[in-house]
Amino acid sequence: MAEHLLEIEDLKGYYRGIFGVVRAVDDVSFTVDSGEVVGLVGESGCGKSTLAQLCSGSLTPLLHYESGKLLVGGSDIYKIDPEVLRTEIKCKLMSYIPQASMDSLNPVKRIRDFIMDVVTERTGKKTSTMDVLRGRNRKKTAKQEVLKMAGDHLERLGLDRSVLDRYPHELSGGMKQRVVIGISTLWNPKLLIIDEPTSALDVTTQRLVIKTLMNLKKEGVIESMLFISHDITVLGELCDRCGVMYGGKIVEVGSMNGILENPLHPYTQALISSVVSYNPRRMGKGGLKSIPGTPPDLRHPPHGCRFHPRCPFVMDICKTTEPPLRAPSLKTAENSGVVACWLWYR
Amino acid sequence: MDKILQCENLTKIYTSGLIRTTCCIAVKNVTFDVEKGEIVTLAGESGSGKTTVAKMILRLIKPTSGNVIFDGENAFSYNRREYYRRIQAIVQDPYSAYNPFYKVDRVLEEVFNLYKNGPSRAERKEIIHSTLKRIGINPEEILGRYPHQLSGGQLQRFLIARPLLINSELMVADEATSMLDASTRAGILNLLLYLKEKEKISVLFITHDIAQAQYISDRVLIMQHGEVVEQGPADEVFLHPSQPYTKELFDSVPQLNKKWEF
Repeated sequence: MAEHLLEIEDLKGYYRGIFGVVRAVDDVSFTVDSGEVVGLVGESGCGKSTLAQLCSGSLTPLLHYESGKLLVGGSDIYKIDPEVLRTEIKCKLMSYIPQASMDSLNPVKRIRDFIMDVVTERTGKKTSTMDVLRGRNRKKTAKQEVLKMAGDHLERLGLDRSVLDRYPHELSGGMKQRVVIGISTLWNPKLLIIDEPTSALDVTTQRLVIKTLMNLKKEGVIESMLFISHDITVLGELCDRCGVMYGGKIVEVGSMNGILENPLHPYTQALISSVVSYNPRRMGKGGLKSIPGTPPDLRHPPHGCRFHPRCPFVMDICKTTEPPLRAPSLKTAENSGVVACWLWYR
Repeated sequence: MDKILQCENLTKIYTSGLIRTTCCIAVKNVTFDVEKGEIVTLAGESGSGKTTVAKMILRLIKPTSGNVIFDGENAFSYNRREYYRRIQAIVQDPYSAYNPFYKVDRVLEEVFNLYKNGPSRAERKEIIHSTLKRIGINPEEILGRYPHQLSGGQLQRFLIARPLLINSELMVADEATSMLDASTRAGILNLLLYLKEKEKISVLFITHDIAQAQYISDRVLIMQHGEVVEQGPADEVFLHPSQPYTKELFDSVPQLNKKWEF
């Protein structure tokens, strides 16, 4: 059994504001082992980005960690000293690339200055006045060393070293995304949590970015990856395992091929049959089905299974009792995953 | 079949600067036509000039050279009201197409202003109700609500009702489904296919998503850097692409049943 790099148990994260309490992540359990690429898929508003934020420990203002265990490399990031989290875990053990992160590059700074900012923040070594008095030289060489390292790293990502001297507006979308990936993997983190890295990119650039990520993994810069996307076809290209989220819960986890070929949960089935996929051999007209109804309002999630108002196979038990996430008791063909649906255990 | 829209050598060049003028060729010699009851897709990467073509067809910008011919006459020779009664746009972001301060009904009611002597109030209501039912929206559920109370898919469906109310002949759907989730996207695509079949509405569908293009189109144009690199019937282009760029583009599309080599 490989060691769990990321272990989540009964994690709850709610948004609290004047609008009430939004149960965006409710009782989620999930693991990422070292050496694997795990995908997380779901519609918008299902809580996948919230889960990623909770994993990273950097919460947006209204999001609150409620309860549950969240172990990154063995230490619970909500129990340890925030300073240790900031300097030791973030970026070094685990890196989080949020959605639209390529717009987070500072527009008035060159990439190299931005990298220096990040390095200062993460190492926690703010150059004190004394250091400056003792001589600028030492600081200068340290800076040059960092930049040399960063340049090497960017070259590994297929970017030119001269990118360091450019401003963000001079870079294309795919380059910016790769710069961001480069910055967040400067310390060779074991785990990379990456949220919708390619949704703003064209298909050709998307392929390039995914290739870059897989190369990083091959070269051992990162060990494992949690890749979040709304597009299950993209996940199919790179993931070993995949989790499906719906209404703040994980409804199914299984091997990627298992989920694509033999989905267990009715929601996963509906999601896959609604995906428009390109097929170079056959034209497919019609046959796509959309899921009737709308995703639940997570302020007042439905009782029982959260998918039951839209589910075609709804039973009485679904409306009252929440299904646990476990291996199906009914034998299915080659799907070793776990599923939260009453259909599968009788 | 009748041609509803013809574009002849459409070119748009943006220039900037007075003395040292720099030119940017956004669209170059684009020629195609849309027949009645046909879905034509413009596909390509971002920056390939798809939207510029749409804007010229919608008379939002003037082409540098070339003509847009709508139903036999130059688009710019039409009376504005009449033109927009016959050709309607569906935009990418359904959330920003509505005024958040007004109920969603207003979007539908205002469209009748394109008539000189529009139907009366009662008639309008009748038309709205029957049209919404026809495209699978329950009018009671949606009318009288504010945009923030509805989901993106509902808002987008509602916008598609607009051209139907006034019997438009051509819809220009510019990335109409790219902001929606996979599950709602399928519904919108199916709705467009249904409208093509039943109402004989032509659609100019603009997308960067090859999979959607394959699903929906009768004919397809692949654009790159402002030029059409390949065009033809959908099955021909998608199953047997002939140009190297098209092949490369299609290769980059993730497929459900094939994995990439890394």
